[in-house]
Amino acid sequence: MSMAAEERSARAPWALTAPALMLFVGVLLIPLAMTVMLSFHDWGQYKGIEPVFILKNWHEIATDPYYAEMFWRTFRIAILTTLLTALLGAPEAYILNRMSGRWKSFFLLVILGPLLISVVARTLGWALLFGGNNGLVNKLLMSLGAIRSPIPFMFTETGMVVALAHVMMPFMVLSVWAALQRLDPQIENAAMSLGASPATIIRRIIMPQIMPGVLSGAIIVFSLSASAFATPAIIGGRRLKVAATLAYDEFLNTLNWPLGAAVATLLLVALVLIVVGSNALIERRYAEVFR
Amino acid sequence: MRRNGPLALIFHTIFVIVMVAPILVVCLVAFTPEGFLSLPTNGFSLRWFRTIANYPEFIHAFWVSLGLGALSSLVALLFAVPAALAIARYRFRGRDVLAALFLSPLMIPHVVLGIAFLRFFTSAGLGGSFAALIIAHVIIVFPFALRLTLAAATGMDRSVEMAAVSLGAGSWTLFRRVTLPLILPGVISGWALAFIQSFDDLTMTVFLAAPGTETLPVRMFLYIQDNIDPLVTSVSACVIAITMTALILLDRFYGLDRVLAGKGDTGR
Repeated sequence: MSMAAEERSARAPWALTAPALMLFVGVLLIPLAMTVMLSFHDWGQYKGIEPVFILKNWHEIATDPYYAEMFWRTFRIAILTTLLTALLGAPEAYILNRMSGRWKSFFLLVILGPLLISVVARTLGWALLFGGNNGLVNKLLMSLGAIRSPIPFMFTETGMVVALAHVMMPFMVLSVWAALQRLDPQIENAAMSLGASPATIIRRIIMPQIMPGVLSGAIIVFSLSASAFATPAIIGGRRLKVAATLAYDEFLNTLNWPLGAAVATLLLVALVLIVVGSNALIERRYAEVFR
Repeated sequence: MRRNGPLALIFHTIFVIVMVAPILVVCLVAFTPEGFLSLPTNGFSLRWFRTIANYPEFIHAFWVSLGLGALSSLVALLFAVPAALAIARYRFRGRDVLAALFLSPLMIPHVVLGIAFLRFFTSAGLGGSFAALIIAHVIIVFPFALRLTLAAATGMDRSVEMAAVSLGAGSWTLFRRVTLPLILPGVISGWALAFIQSFDDLTMTVFLAAPGTETLPVRMFLYIQDNIDPLVTSVSACVIAITMTALILLDRFYGLDRVLAGKGDTGR
């Protein structure tokens, strides 16, 4: 290659990525930095936002137990949702994987399809199913004899977890599904021919190999649940607040933008730390699977 | 491979019913002939679909969503295609950082993005405008546009390109006549997936939309907050029908598992 051509090929990737890079710096990094700055500004009912540097909002979040309770609720809901999706989604992915061609792709479409259907519409469906004490879910559970008195789903954490688990389920199934594709079916057959029972095969062969898939699915589900807005807002109503709905209220109802920015910044930092931290843990623990 | 036992099939059946139930119930209630929320036990009626016509704000919101989704996905591709080609073909310093930056809107909670864009566009004097919505949506759909283009560019056979170059094609001709047609399936699927993401976004858009620029999900959400009646179920049923159509097309032409699994993340 001539000198000129070599120089051109060294510059080419930068020329090609420059427009996107400028876009991302200009309208993603700068707005994010402005939000972090905003969380240090002052705000008053009559004076509005004052561009000074104070720790008032952060102090309020750190000391007022209302925020501790709200963040704890947010993460509690996210953890329960993650557990529910893992417990149900992992076996389902395994069952799906063992189906024959046409059924497999049909049910994969049925289960993954909702991922792309409006969250508002899906949550509305749960609101209809829950609908008060004589909602369909309660009627069904009572007629099956599973419960004696109706469970309150609307405006409760139980309802939020059920609806969120439904919204997040495709991510878990997808993640476990991806892990199953790497699994050699011959290992299962080998274990069986050596006399292992189905339970042993699942416990000793399948589980250890799909665990990375379950865990990376769990990270996605957790971080999306902890920052979910539509489902907690519709199922939880106005009183049961999580981080995202609280930030929304501060911005569009109370108009205390600096406080809302502080809540959002804290949510972002907490999630990034949790996601990066658990990713590192998983990669170290399962280094041999990822190689 | 072993088959699924009866227990597994029972679990599977219940699982699928629960996954489909909320979507199905919305579509069923939309056809109720009654004036209140109920399953259509006394026959089906289209009255609630006709009622939508009396609510111009829903119709307007639908057009806003459609225009926003189509435009922002197109603009995102204009930026994403060159970036995807660079990331797929060159090994350069900062490549991994750039790829991570371009995929970062997937990691950042949409509520945080909504707040950041609200602050940014209000200071820039663009608060509540359609232009602000377009730019914000370009950012959130960018990772989807990039990923599918990247997958297509990574899997492409480059010998055809070399043949074109040896025959004297210039770089623009090369892109227009050879490269683009070869990656086109990925680009179109990227556009479709980006469109669906934009069309469905509520969390970020709810911060930016003002009366006049409200998208359909925002309009539906604000309506649900006041009351839930059969009208909003018929609107939802329409939204579900639109998404299903896009979904089936996407599955036919590209394969849904490939779209969703996002193979070839950073072109590895």
